[in-house]
Amino acid sequence: MSEPGVSFEAVEVVLGGEPVLSGLDLEIAPGETMVLLGRSGSGKSTTLKLVNALLWPTRGRVLIGGTPTRDLDPIALRRRTGYILQEIGLFPHFTVARNIALVPALLGWDAPAIDRRVDEMLELVGLGTGLRHRLPAELSGGQRQRVGIARALAARPERLLCDEPFGALDPVTRDELQREFRDLADRVRTTRLFVTHDVREALFLADRIAFLSDDGQLAFVGTPEAFRSSAEPRVARFRDAGL
Amino acid sequence: MDFLDFLAANRAEILFRTWEHVRLVGVSVLLACLIGVPAGVLLSRSPRLRGPVLGGVNVIQTIPSLALLGFLIPVPWIGGLGTRPAIVALVAYALLPIVKNTYEGIRSADPAARAAGVAMGMTPGQLLRQVEIPLGLGVIMAGVRLATVIGIGVATIAAFIGAGGLGALIFRGVSMVDSRLVLAGAIPAALLALAADRGLGWLEGRLSKWR
Repeated sequence: MSEPGVSFEAVEVVLGGEPVLSGLDLEIAPGETMVLLGRSGSGKSTTLKLVNALLWPTRGRVLIGGTPTRDLDPIALRRRTGYILQEIGLFPHFTVARNIALVPALLGWDAPAIDRRVDEMLELVGLGTGLRHRLPAELSGGQRQRVGIARALAARPERLLCDEPFGALDPVTRDELQREFRDLADRVRTTRLFVTHDVREALFLADRIAFLSDDGQLAFVGTPEAFRSSAEPRVARFRDAGL
Repeated sequence: MDFLDFLAANRAEILFRTWEHVRLVGVSVLLACLIGVPAGVLLSRSPRLRGPVLGGVNVIQTIPSLALLGFLIPVPWIGGLGTRPAIVALVAYALLPIVKNTYEGIRSADPAARAAGVAMGMTPGQLLRQVEIPLGLGVIMAGVRLATVIGIGVATIAAFIGAGGLGALIFRGVSMVDSRLVLAGAIPAALLALAADRGLGWLEGRLSKWR
């Protein structure tokens, strides 16, 4: 009941009169990497936004550690939830160090603790501490997304939400970051929700895959092996087109 | 008499009028910032206010300055003759560039940075102070610079209602058909406008380093 997993109970989301998600039931276990797979417009990003209260369900409930998101303080919840997005969204006027320190600073950590944490995070994502004082504009796309990952993990979040984080990177950098991201999952224990439309990426990173079909319905939940062999027609069509 | 000799002979008055002018414009632009920047922030938060407020400050801008000063003469409290109605008029003219540029500056902040800020748990106030205003600072300051330069020009007309400033020299020069007197008001006003634009540009540079 009180374990910090995430559960969706009969969640429906209607945005501007359009149903985006319908009848979503999904449990994400603590420490698990759940990949939400589907075409764009299938409601994957919407599902993520429900977890850190950027959106609320029209019907049904989203529970974080057993508590509905409606009963949680959204600001506190977001600070305990890491977020990595495709556009990265680093603050262009903040140095790398200050970008990484964002959530620890919001949480009021003291300056030495923040400094130590920034160095740890730079190491963790494979960037030297020499980049501390650079501005995002002086980094490559891959370096920027590493900073984005470091920023998301800096405050030791209970959950990590990833919205197509590698979608805008070149293929070589993407492969590299996917591998490192998977290694990171063994070293940094958090519950992960990872959104992608890339079947290979899903198979590579997931403990379990949740496949959303085009009408915003959950068509499959299971391990990558089960996904590979699933005969469900919507799954099979998407999988075979993406491999 | 040579023009330079004329300037030297009238040095004391020119300096005094310049000081009056600076004070008039400085106070007005400061007040306009105190009103206009929060108003611009409000517009970025409330789409419903956008049309009416921007429309309103736009309309003010179309009123000829001489007419606005004339309209203010019979108005109690804010109107009449002298410095006070002049400041009211100058503030009114300064509002459009400041309100509009504050709104545009905030709106121009990188949407991904804003989305990340919200998703990381920044409150609206933190987002405004740490992201939206610093990123919009260049655009906001461009509005303040424009307002100041316009204000220095308009303030010369404020001498018409006895507010002093460099306009006093110009008006006197016109009525006495003495072009030296007109120039003694107009040249310092032009130099003032250039200096103010430079100075505010320098201030903007300092602010963006300090953020």
